[in-house]
Amino acid sequence: MREEWRGFKSGVWEREINTRDFIQKNFFSYEGDESFLVGPTEATKALWDQVLELSKKELEAGGVLDMDTSVISTITSHGPGYLDKNKEKIVGFQTDKPFKRSLQPYGGIRMAAKACSDNGYTLDPEVEEFFTVHRKTHNAGVFDAYTPEMRACRSSHIITGLPDAYGRGRIIGDYRRVALYGVDRLIEDKEDQKNSTRTIMYSDVIRDREELSEQIRALKDLKKLGEIYGFDIGRPATNVQEAIQWLYFGYLAAVKEQNGAAMSLGRTSTFLDIYAQRDLAEGRFTEEEIQEFVDHFIMKLRLVKFARTPEYNALFSGDPTWVTESIGGIGIDGRPLVTKMSFRYLHTLENLGAAPEPNMTVLWSTRLPLAFKRFCAKVSIESSSVQYENDDLMRVTHGDDYAIACCVSSMRIGKEMQFFGARANLAKCLLYAINGGVDEITKKQVAPEYRPITSEYLDYDEVMHKYNEMMKWLARVYVNTLNIIHYMHDKYCYEKLQMALHDKKVTRWFATGIAGLSVVADSLSAIKYAKVKVIRDADGVAVDYEVEGDFPKYGNDDDRVDEIARDVVHTFMQYVKGNHTYRGGIPTTSILTITSNVVYGKNTGSTPDGRKAGQPFAPGANPMHGRDSHGAVASLASVSKLPFRDAQDGISNTFTVIPGALGKESVVLSSDLAMEFDDGCCTPAGSMAEPDYGTAE
Amino acid sequence: MQGWVHSVESFGTVDGPGVRMVVFLQGCPMRCAYCHNPDTWPENRGTRMDAEELIEKFLRNQTYYRNGGITVSGGEPLCQTEFVTQLFRRAKQEGISTCLDTSGILFSYRKTENGWEKAQNGVREEIRNHGERLTLKEFEDLLAVTDLVLLDIKHTEEAAHRRLTGHSNEAVFAFLAYLEERKVPVWIRRVVVPGYTDSEEELFRLGEYIGGFSHVKAVEVLPYHTMGTAKYKELGISYRLEGVPQMDTEAAAKCRQIILQGIRKRRNEGAGVR
Repeated sequence: MREEWRGFKSGVWEREINTRDFIQKNFFSYEGDESFLVGPTEATKALWDQVLELSKKELEAGGVLDMDTSVISTITSHGPGYLDKNKEKIVGFQTDKPFKRSLQPYGGIRMAAKACSDNGYTLDPEVEEFFTVHRKTHNAGVFDAYTPEMRACRSSHIITGLPDAYGRGRIIGDYRRVALYGVDRLIEDKEDQKNSTRTIMYSDVIRDREELSEQIRALKDLKKLGEIYGFDIGRPATNVQEAIQWLYFGYLAAVKEQNGAAMSLGRTSTFLDIYAQRDLAEGRFTEEEIQEFVDHFIMKLRLVKFARTPEYNALFSGDPTWVTESIGGIGIDGRPLVTKMSFRYLHTLENLGAAPEPNMTVLWSTRLPLAFKRFCAKVSIESSSVQYENDDLMRVTHGDDYAIACCVSSMRIGKEMQFFGARANLAKCLLYAINGGVDEITKKQVAPEYRPITSEYLDYDEVMHKYNEMMKWLARVYVNTLNIIHYMHDKYCYEKLQMALHDKKVTRWFATGIAGLSVVADSLSAIKYAKVKVIRDADGVAVDYEVEGDFPKYGNDDDRVDEIARDVVHTFMQYVKGNHTYRGGIPTTSILTITSNVVYGKNTGSTPDGRKAGQPFAPGANPMHGRDSHGAVASLASVSKLPFRDAQDGISNTFTVIPGALGKESVVLSSDLAMEFDDGCCTPAGSMAEPDYGTAE
Repeated sequence: MQGWVHSVESFGTVDGPGVRMVVFLQGCPMRCAYCHNPDTWPENRGTRMDAEELIEKFLRNQTYYRNGGITVSGGEPLCQTEFVTQLFRRAKQEGISTCLDTSGILFSYRKTENGWEKAQNGVREEIRNHGERLTLKEFEDLLAVTDLVLLDIKHTEEAAHRRLTGHSNEAVFAFLAYLEERKVPVWIRRVVVPGYTDSEEELFRLGEYIGGFSHVKAVEVLPYHTMGTAKYKELGISYRLEGVPQMDTEAAAKCRQIILQGIRKRRNEGAGVR
């Protein structure tokens, strides 16, 4: 066994690249509580103060403090950057200094130029010329291939947020491999892969060979990135500080190369804990030192920044990077994958204060250790910065080494990737069904000229028939638009570093998405159970609706309408599946317009549920605002009837409660009061029952 | 049988342990000055629902309620005692935890040398009519299927209690004693209204009093809020606490500490637990 691996239990992981096997053989499940945790060091506090100061300056400067306008970002494009070299235990920035945003033109030169000009900078004209005349970008490729129909769908917003002008993201490299194996071994492995491709040069074999060469080049650059900061990451990491640093270099290389819509980290805490345990046992580092490494690492992740336009930020409500880290979960052998490092990660929210990034995501299971559940609840209360996802549900299909990309997209790390697919607006699709393909706002014929509905009142069967036809059309245009996008992204903006941290054979999820589900469900319910009168304008286009009478509304655990929602998801997914997908991608869909629901609503006319033109949709799979009147469980029950099988890319339900509605005395969803007096009189420590979070999908 | 239901909250987290389905029943004889649900006062209104229907509603979403159960609140649930008993009996058959949120005002019995006897308990006529109808057997039956009682003691002082609620507090204390005898766990609740129910003296006295009952398992202090005032306007009822400020949560936490001090004193005095 290599010296760097001393003390680790052997396994297949030594002979092949297999991080999961290494974790399973070596991790220590931790069932204790948070009492071992330590606070921030003086160095951590000083660095974080520096960050806060810079953040303030950035805000005062209008959102961007500094930008590269001529150096094109690559893995090795910049010299080293530091906050305070002497204090930082984990190092590395995207450019040569913190808060300076890099220039990433491969997704699209216009977007890069606009990101500069909108923030008061000017892109170097030579760079602009080069990427316009001499080197094509992803965006240019896509628009060369789009059909007029696709362009019409895009500009009428029935398909929106498409990653055709920016990086698609959603790919998670297995950054742990850098720490465990060192880059040299990973290069060797990729060379083997390249040498073992088929030898008859069909176009897919040629592509494989070219991509593997790109991957090898990216790995060599990654090694150079380590050298820039004075590390030899060609060899495996020897301790936890190096393991974090190596892993971070892997991630840093990815964000230097790609400005993706979500650049998630993976599932790293339990992996790193194995190194921490060894160092604690061998007396190499103290708990305080290890927490300091973690704090500095998380600090770096909080400072990942991209150059973006105001429109992009409007679509995603802010400037998110989606550095999602998945924590916890249960192994398929039943052992909880909770370690001390899981606590240390969450503890950064206490040591550094609350922050939305990295997006700490707890893979929740009813079988997680109680002490960990309590700690999660406590950190949630204090920071409001923890995301929870249902491990019991996802483990069934994804095993126990998957991670979340962005907010809900789950994939096996290093084995699966996703083609991000934005969303189709199913509410607008319903209006197209009623108007025979004419857009209710622009009055343009966008969809095929099917016969419109001409009656004064809407008939459910007639609407459903036309809606199904229109969904079939929409699914076809949508999937084919995505085919072009992903073909061109692979061609002009290939994620070579991230894919170098994947196996040779990768499963590709072909993601699609749905917006406006609750609007559609309520609209169809209104048509079925109440009377909906159509208001048409002078052109005969239905522009508004009058609902007479009451109808079951989605979000109240009422099967009459919940089944409509379920059927719509299922039907649309069937139509999606009926299409050819690029590179054998397996179709999935998601219902998760967490922030862009406002923009989708703005671009959609009045709907038969009584929603007026321009009003926001509900986020994700949420019921429409104010229409769920039976409390949260009934609302969640409606959401949980949606078929996960049809929407494996995730269903989101945004659930906001005022703290007071979650129980008393800052004890969330618990029942400590009953125990208050049980051990002697009035002892202040309450025994807290298991938090009960329910099991919404 | 059917009950008159005001509403059902599927995600109740403040009325008993865990996440609970809270059934608010219609009808209440109390007229507490700070009541935030005046729309539950009238009887025979709302929605008619079967006990079975409520149980089904609960069972279909049972996974959410793993550490919770059903709470019946109101209104005053004892206005529909027979219905509550039936609902709880069905709940216990299904292994569901049951919790009764009551004022205790309809308990028209008093402990004498001969056991529990009918008493007026100084309550007003409309209550007497209800209370008279309720036999001791009915209370026994209900408590046999009740896991926890949330008992709201609005004031320990008779005159103040009358001013606040329109009734004597004798029935409330009698009911607490009866619960102790039946060994039913009780959580005591107190709505703290600035200037009305939050004096140090009163809170300490409350603590001392309830400290004498071994089945009192917890104390909850509910800070007064003005979210219910809109309902008064809607219903055209004048609001008696107009201008009284909301209670802030820190002050409420202090109030709770005073009650706990009272309990501590009583229990440490070795005066024994009744």
